[in-house]
Amino acid sequence: MINLTINDQKVAVEPGTTVLAAAKKLKINIPTLCNHDDLCVAGNCRVCVVEQKGARTLIASCATPVSDGMEINTNTLKVRNARKHIVELLLTEHRSDCTKCYKNQNCELQSLANEFAFGDTIFLDLVEDHKYNIDRSSPSFIKDDSKCIRCQRCVRTCSELQQVSAIAVANKGAHQKISSFHEKPMSHVVCTNCGQCVNRCPTGALVEKTYIDQVWDAIYDPERHVVVQTAPAVRVALGEDLGYDPGQRVTGKMVNALKQLGFNSVLDTDFTADLTIMEEGTELLVRLKKALVEGDQAISLPMFTSCSPGWIKFIEHKYPEYLSNLSSCKSPQQMFGALAKTFYAKKRNLDPSKIVSVSIMPCTAKKFEADRPEMRASGYKDVDFVLTTRELAVMIKQAGIDFRNLEEAHYDSIMGDSTGAAVIFGATGGVMEAALRTAYEIVTGREVPFGNLNITPARGMEGVKEATIKIEGCLDAWKFLEGVELKVAVAHGLVNANKIMKMVKSGTAPYHFIEVMGCPGGCIGGGGQPIPTNMEIRKSRMKAIYAEDEHMVLRKSHDNPEVAAIYKEFLDQPNSHKSHELLHTHYVERESY
Amino acid sequence: MENNGLNKVDLIFEKIDAKQVLSKAFKMSNADIIQNMLDSGLKGRGGAGFPTGLKWKYTAAEKSAEKYIVCNADEGEPGTFKDREILDRVSVKVHGGMAIAGKAIGAKTGIVYLRGEYRYLLPKLMIELDAFHRMIHEIGFDFNIQYRMGSGAYICGEESALFESIEGKRGEPRNKPPYPTVSGVFEKPTSINNVETLVTAMMIIFHGSKNFTQYGTKDSRGSKVFSVSGDTPTPGIFELELGMTVQQFVNEFGDGDTKAVQVGGASGFCVPRKKFAETIIGFEGVPTGGSMKLFNSSRSMYNVLHNYLDFFAEESCGQCTPCRVGCQQLLKGVEKVKKGESKSTYLSELVKLADTMKIAAKCGLGQSVGNAFKSIVSNFKEEIIY
Repeated sequence: MINLTINDQKVAVEPGTTVLAAAKKLKINIPTLCNHDDLCVAGNCRVCVVEQKGARTLIASCATPVSDGMEINTNTLKVRNARKHIVELLLTEHRSDCTKCYKNQNCELQSLANEFAFGDTIFLDLVEDHKYNIDRSSPSFIKDDSKCIRCQRCVRTCSELQQVSAIAVANKGAHQKISSFHEKPMSHVVCTNCGQCVNRCPTGALVEKTYIDQVWDAIYDPERHVVVQTAPAVRVALGEDLGYDPGQRVTGKMVNALKQLGFNSVLDTDFTADLTIMEEGTELLVRLKKALVEGDQAISLPMFTSCSPGWIKFIEHKYPEYLSNLSSCKSPQQMFGALAKTFYAKKRNLDPSKIVSVSIMPCTAKKFEADRPEMRASGYKDVDFVLTTRELAVMIKQAGIDFRNLEEAHYDSIMGDSTGAAVIFGATGGVMEAALRTAYEIVTGREVPFGNLNITPARGMEGVKEATIKIEGCLDAWKFLEGVELKVAVAHGLVNANKIMKMVKSGTAPYHFIEVMGCPGGCIGGGGQPIPTNMEIRKSRMKAIYAEDEHMVLRKSHDNPEVAAIYKEFLDQPNSHKSHELLHTHYVERESY
Repeated sequence: MENNGLNKVDLIFEKIDAKQVLSKAFKMSNADIIQNMLDSGLKGRGGAGFPTGLKWKYTAAEKSAEKYIVCNADEGEPGTFKDREILDRVSVKVHGGMAIAGKAIGAKTGIVYLRGEYRYLLPKLMIELDAFHRMIHEIGFDFNIQYRMGSGAYICGEESALFESIEGKRGEPRNKPPYPTVSGVFEKPTSINNVETLVTAMMIIFHGSKNFTQYGTKDSRGSKVFSVSGDTPTPGIFELELGMTVQQFVNEFGDGDTKAVQVGGASGFCVPRKKFAETIIGFEGVPTGGSMKLFNSSRSMYNVLHNYLDFFAEESCGQCTPCRVGCQQLLKGVEKVKKGESKSTYLSELVKLADTMKIAAKCGLGQSVGNAFKSIVSNFKEEIIY
């Protein structure tokens, strides 16, 4: 242990601990800005400088490891003056149109300004010196360089957490900026629209492209029938933007709030998550049969999941030679969209051209996914508007709803029923677990051999997880699988996706089926989720997801009565012609830069 | 060669039998080589002045199968052009210093990071390096040198930014600690030394540390190569014994009308005429990597300052707030004062900002912007305002 004193208080910490973390242990708060729990240390904003006795300069507490006998002071006049200067300097290069900014009151720079730089700044405004560019090219987010304070959180997120590196630091000195390859618009580079950078941007330089006004317009238009679907991970995170601690399940209140907002029908993406399991599970079994029994060399294995649009765009850019390994299933959002304007319209006797389909997603990439030209199977745009969890919270606030005191409400029918298998789609490993619960039972007629259906090897925050299930006692139709050891893997965050793709490419991945989610932790850690995020918060949300699953009466997708009904009435059977028309898609090769 | 109290020395460019010196070094124990450096009192010639013997000692003490000697030949400080001359004329002594350092710390690889603008030297250096490799392999050294080119960024002369650049990354300073002696280039223990330091080290082995300590003062041992430029009838490269005052220097190199000397380049200090006599050039006074720029009364010190600030606003890597934004504020700030758009008292606010930059910036660049700013503003205030 290393012994040091901070503000005259003694503390002992492990070697390698930063001064910042040691101070935290003493409950001494040191302001930070470029620092983020999920990212490597940058030490470049300098807001966290403190005084070390005997040192020539102040030290950045986030970047300096403790040493024995160190004497730190976090609150000297020297420190205060320097911090004030630094915050003032940042404000001179930041367009401070706070009252008009989407991040107003949710901006880390604004908080620091409140603390340190109140009153007139003595420094000169630098914003007008630069020809700043607002990049609105992506359907998912807006990049406004005039609000960028060069903390490089976004760059570190994109390179470390996602290994995409769509954005990087360009130029130096006064001209330094965060830019893309050849300064191309974000829509024309390898960006996956995952929104992890948006989730970590301390200011309004990176924000989701919001469609709140369009949704309000639709709601208030008496001609329109507005349906809304909510993704599994939204219900365990929405509360954070409405005053709850992380990890609170607010499903019933959320449904009620959506009804009060005026949506004509409040439905659940979980329904199509269950449907995805039927389609994707069947697809896997068919692929296995063709490969194992018929020896069809053209069948691509391992099969990859296709629910995460960030992952889809990643593989389209970086590993296009493996597109045939992707399940052809659309994501639950897009299955829902296609059915809303066909099956749902028919059942409810509605003109599909009058239906506006809205989805609430933990994700910014979903906005891009809904815009893909392939996603018009119904003859219309299947999903008209995608809102993030954060945008829904904004709408709830705009409507003046007293969320905390709302009664719990139930999803409407039809397309509102779901199972526990669907809700766990929201956490990494959930799709795999849900698929196994169903596939194993289809093949053997028995439940998966895990206590209380909880396939624990697929759970948790490890970057790449793997599991092997030996298939024994097959039903007659599936005898070819008798004794097969089904090998599966789960990866979350594109850095881990990259890891597993390298294994696949080098022939060292022995798997049949691989689940990949683009964001750390899966959808619970999605780019559209409440800010801030860190491992602790994601773990809380994950815990809530599994609690939601346990809480459900039905926990296997094939038990969903509405799923059974839709096959009977509309789709015929999984992977049927109709299914392929509405619920399956194809992918496109994209450039690798 | 007494002249105006200046003692011209010929150590750096002195003709020596390199093979003989290296053979001598090869037979010395590593501890002995390092002790020689410690005894000599040699401090780094790039400007920062860290004791070379200590740097080698720390790097030698690190346990690692892989270590590096890096020669900093990025010579980017405005007004410095000595390393170019040294590499052009006596590259064998640069390479020799690296081999000796390599032996002392246990490194088998040396990397010369050469300023982009010096690329034209490369063909000649490659031929000389081949010959050098043949020679040291004959002696028995297990050591090889490679060259890496810079691309014109001033910041890449900062040691950790230089490592990043060698590694193929954007040249930005790293957080310290860890220091290069622990984790330098490719995250291996590294001793990074200036071109001139390495040559001097070799000459210390040749002459012995005792002979070296006869030159200079207690805090500034030995001699140093100066790059003399500006308003002088005799610009060029001069090797002088350390310990002289600016007055002595001006008496030798001035044009009779010298009003200020910028010692140490853009990141150094401006010494006005009234302080010439009391200011010693060296670590006890104003340290310098070699840049000595003289200004006579025809020069506007506002223009000089503006030029330096413009340079820094451009050459800051842009990574840390105090340097990136601070440089722009200082530049715009003095412009406003000059134009009369800001009050002259605004200069004192800018001096406070320069003080913050000195203690809060991430690396030596940002920390030293205030040197030139404060010394020019405090000594030539009327020239800045009117």
